[in-house]
Amino acid sequence: MKEEIIIAGFGGQGVLSMGKILAYSGLMEGKEVTWMPSYGPEQRGGTANVTVILSDERISSPVLNSFDVAVILNQPSLEKFENKVKPGGILIYDGYGIHHPPTRTDINVYRINAMEAAIEMNNTKALNMIVLGGLLKLKPMVSMENVLKGLKKSLPERHHNLIPLNEKAILKGMEIIQKA
Amino acid sequence: MKEEIKLMKGNEAIAHAAIRYGADGYFGYPITPQSEVMETLMEEQPWETTGMVVLQAESEVAAINMVYGGASCGKAVMTTSSSPGVSLMQEGVSYLAGAELPCLIVNVMRGGPGLGTIQPSQADYFQATKGGGHGDYHLITLAPASVQEMADFVALGFDLAFKYRNPAILLADGVIGQMMEKVVLPPFRKRRTEEEIRQQNPWATLGKPKDRKRNVVTSLELDPAIMEQNNIRFQATYKRIAENEVRYEEINCENADYLIVAFGSMSRICQKTIELAAEEGIKIGLLRPITLWPFPTEAIARQADHVKGILSAELNAGQMVEDVRLAVNGKVRVEHFGRLGGIVPTPDEVLTALKEKLM
Repeated sequence: MKEEIIIAGFGGQGVLSMGKILAYSGLMEGKEVTWMPSYGPEQRGGTANVTVILSDERISSPVLNSFDVAVILNQPSLEKFENKVKPGGILIYDGYGIHHPPTRTDINVYRINAMEAAIEMNNTKALNMIVLGGLLKLKPMVSMENVLKGLKKSLPERHHNLIPLNEKAILKGMEIIQKA
Repeated sequence: MKEEIKLMKGNEAIAHAAIRYGADGYFGYPITPQSEVMETLMEEQPWETTGMVVLQAESEVAAINMVYGGASCGKAVMTTSSSPGVSLMQEGVSYLAGAELPCLIVNVMRGGPGLGTIQPSQADYFQATKGGGHGDYHLITLAPASVQEMADFVALGFDLAFKYRNPAILLADGVIGQMMEKVVLPPFRKRRTEEEIRQQNPWATLGKPKDRKRNVVTSLELDPAIMEQNNIRFQATYKRIAENEVRYEEINCENADYLIVAFGSMSRICQKTIELAAEEGIKIGLLRPITLWPFPTEAIARQADHVKGILSAELNAGQMVEDVRLAVNGKVRVEHFGRLGGIVPTPDEVLTALKEKLM
């Protein structure tokens, strides 16, 4: 098993932390993992992205030219990464952040109205966990049990009270993801 | 002892490994992309547990001179920085080499020249391996290619530095510093006691007992006849290091038609390149120097006997390629591929370059 994933959006949308939780979950699952962020000014308002690789075997390059899965949360990221999805791969986008949806027909495109759902949940910060839920519904690469363990590992202890809320958001995402 | 598997950044791994090695002191000044080293040390507060000093100096110049001071006392001391900061340190590095002092320096390279960019680069290869400061000296230069090696090479670097009384440098870059991977942290070692330091480093300036002359640590020697002898001694040390400490990794080199030589993050990218090439039926081997100085000259020369061409892939405009060419000595064609100023190429870009330049 090997999943090469890019997650991209605006800085502040929780792109890097979503990748981090996925990476920690992979670690709990006993996988090899790499988490390679764009770093620097992007984290503070520009576009941010992170490459996460989960694999049963030793991982070679943390830098990739194409991806099995792209999770796209804003328009500039879609323009950057739509053509980097492997044929037959998956592209997930948030309906709120994308005004011109993807046009490729040789990949599987899914839409998740995560921002909408996050607003409904009264917690826009849950956006990234809703999207993660959608991703895990399509690609159950880690078990829910290990995601919760991963959350525990990646969140500082003072935020552990938020784990049930994150779990709820993940379940919500699993529910609302749909084929575009 | 139970293995502790953690997920962390390369920079964080360096900090944890330094505490676990039993380092006596860290002196640094923040700079992207290596700031997590000092941040992690400040968070871990080792002064409360092992007694390790962690100090934010007023500048990189101050930091490297604090290292000089600590090293003179036989302590295991280190500093970390990124390219512009390491340039500022060069005077001190030359003095450390001239005074035959062991220490660990880490450069998490970013794009230059000048203040440049904060994105990854390997453009400080010349500076690290050929002596960035003045004088005939070498640093033992280790090139980690994973978060695990960031952790492991802290102890290796310190051990080699003390073994040969010579500064060691970890030459990493923004990719290795910023990425998170699984890492098994080394076990805790106790910091050396004052008595152990006295025994292991009889040259250390720890006060003068009655039964010997005072120890003096200096790089200054105004008598050229003595200074020449000092230099001859340094060169003898470098020769011993070159004979005993060359480290490298060969991947798929047997029966390879082409060879890529790459270090650090580029070697990771090129591992994927050779996977992509194998899918197309092109047999490429990868030789990854782990020590950039001493350089794996003989290992590369051996490969040159049976491959059709060699590509030196680097995040710079062509630095290590010079050492590869010296090793190959004209036997086969050696070309360079590089991206500059903070741009990191994708694995397929390297394959395209290899095809264009060598096939």
